[in-house]
Amino acid sequence: MSTVHKLPTELELTAPKHLHQLSLRRVLSPTFFLGLALVVVFAVYVLLGSYTVTIPDFFTIVINHLTGGEKIPGASFIVMEHKLPRAVVGTMIGIAFGLAGALFQTMLRNPLASPDIIGISYGASAAAVTAIVIFGASGAVVSWAALGGALGVAAIIYAISRGTGSGAGGGSRGNAAGNRLILAGVGIAAALHAVVNFLMTRADIRTAADALIWLNGSLNSSTWDRAGVLAVSLLVLIPAVIALAGPLRILELGDDAAAGLGIKVNATRLGLVLTAVGFAAVATAAAGPVAFVAFLAGPIARRVVRKPSLPASALTGALIVLLADFFASNIAPVILDGTVLPVGVITGALGAPFLLWLLVTSNRKEA
Amino acid sequence: MAVLNANDLTLQYEARKVVEGLTTEIPEGKVTMIVGANACGKSTLLRGLSRLLKPACGTVTLDGKDIHTRPARELARTLGLLPQHPTAPDGITVRDLVGRGRYPHQGFFRSWSARDDAAVQRALDATDTLGLAERSIDELSGGQRQRVWIAMALAQETDVLLLDEPTTYLDLAHQVEVLDLITDLNRSRGTTVAIVLHDLNLAARYADHVIAMKGGCIVAEGPAPEVVTEELVFNVFGLESRVVPDPISGTPLIVPIGRHHARPASTNELEIAS
Repeated sequence: MSTVHKLPTELELTAPKHLHQLSLRRVLSPTFFLGLALVVVFAVYVLLGSYTVTIPDFFTIVINHLTGGEKIPGASFIVMEHKLPRAVVGTMIGIAFGLAGALFQTMLRNPLASPDIIGISYGASAAAVTAIVIFGASGAVVSWAALGGALGVAAIIYAISRGTGSGAGGGSRGNAAGNRLILAGVGIAAALHAVVNFLMTRADIRTAADALIWLNGSLNSSTWDRAGVLAVSLLVLIPAVIALAGPLRILELGDDAAAGLGIKVNATRLGLVLTAVGFAAVATAAAGPVAFVAFLAGPIARRVVRKPSLPASALTGALIVLLADFFASNIAPVILDGTVLPVGVITGALGAPFLLWLLVTSNRKEA
Repeated sequence: MAVLNANDLTLQYEARKVVEGLTTEIPEGKVTMIVGANACGKSTLLRGLSRLLKPACGTVTLDGKDIHTRPARELARTLGLLPQHPTAPDGITVRDLVGRGRYPHQGFFRSWSARDDAAVQRALDATDTLGLAERSIDELSGGQRQRVWIAMALAQETDVLLLDEPTTYLDLAHQVEVLDLITDLNRSRGTTVAIVLHDLNLAARYADHVIAMKGGCIVAEGPAPEVVTEELVFNVFGLESRVVPDPISGTPLIVPIGRHHARPASTNELEIAS
């Protein structure tokens, strides 16, 4: 009995075993667990909190909504018009911010180079606040203004950083251009910050309150329409990232080495800048400049998967937004006597110490 | 096999001309050393030859075809370059880094294959870095790191390999090791090699062909014993020297004179004569 049993098992295990183990290890990678964590957090976000929905109820609600079946009074509305679109928008802006930050940080070889630090988010803010305060805009118009502001500032920063470029030779040219881009961005961010402050002091109190909510970054106005626009944007931008990921890995070796390996350095860099700015701009247009998500996602993902990884950065970005918003709308009110915070306040509170920590540790490494 | 030519080549950064009207050939299957004083345009010439810098005037041809009209990736399968300061991404392993040299051999739909694995293995083997393959680049010494970068260039498997000062920041033993390694590559695979090198003595020792540059132009080119002379060293570097046969290889060995430490004239002459 035992010999009959033993023979096929051994045959089965010898050759395919190695292959099988490899693919299993690939499936159980840290990125896979980040994905799993995102699914769990998404479920917790939708099902728990101030209004709790059971899993069977959730599926009944979604299926009935799609098939036009009977609605559960109250619960259907809260899930379909409030919780679910908010979770979907939160996930997508997290992915977009995470990729925007990771692309900039990898391309410029500098963890400070995320769009919220180099002024692109400030461009969106200044344009949106101008629209709200001066033109009395609201809703989609604010989003379009933000999109335009982000793209406009990105173009200015790119022009400034290239203007004095292409100068003397030497191998460090790529880094010099990167550092100029960061400095130009920080300078423009400071100027736009002043513009925003000026507008806020001129605005009447109610308009200022509207603008302030937007400035903090908030998922309050998440609707299915907005989710749809975001989804279309991501469907355009994500294939671009997939196409550019290979050349980006080579660009990491420095401009000269990359050119030697057959990369068109300038075209690739322009493509990366456009894609990254696109991500930052659509996410900011949808939810405001949710502070530091783009800045945090890449470095945190890198510590989890132990190497720079774009998919892991995207998942980490989504996790940060959902966890921060869940905390802001369900846990913060318990601590703060019912005050519901915008998500950007939580991510900002997380990001500031991380920025300081990064500065301290990177200085120590150089010394 | 491939032959690289510069035809009436002018290279400039913005308005500043660094190389002007230069015509030369990197001979096929040989080791060519490009030498000259600081800022003579030798690194710029290498950048021009490797398409990093677009000529303001003239052309660079590989097997008769202008390198700037060929698709970048296709060119990178024939013409490889190791720049002076490549950057290693944080925490990358040696095998991963060397594997990136395979990039030009991969297409949009053709991902990593057994051929790439084999090429990486050969490159690691040739540079004696197989034992380091799973280590992180950050943990390696300067000499080991340079061997890994050369391994990456080897994995690219090009017929022509250009190297910009591959021995900078290395101690003498490692300099010799790197140049021996490049010579092995040339002798075993017939790879055409061009190297920008600071050290004139090592250049004379390892070169099949020397190109001496001054002020963006070529002053002399040919086999080291014909090119490297006392007159040339004075002309190119402004340095008074004696050129004697290298006791090991018989190639020219430059002994600088300088203002101090010279022995009394008579003994000095005697020493040289004997």
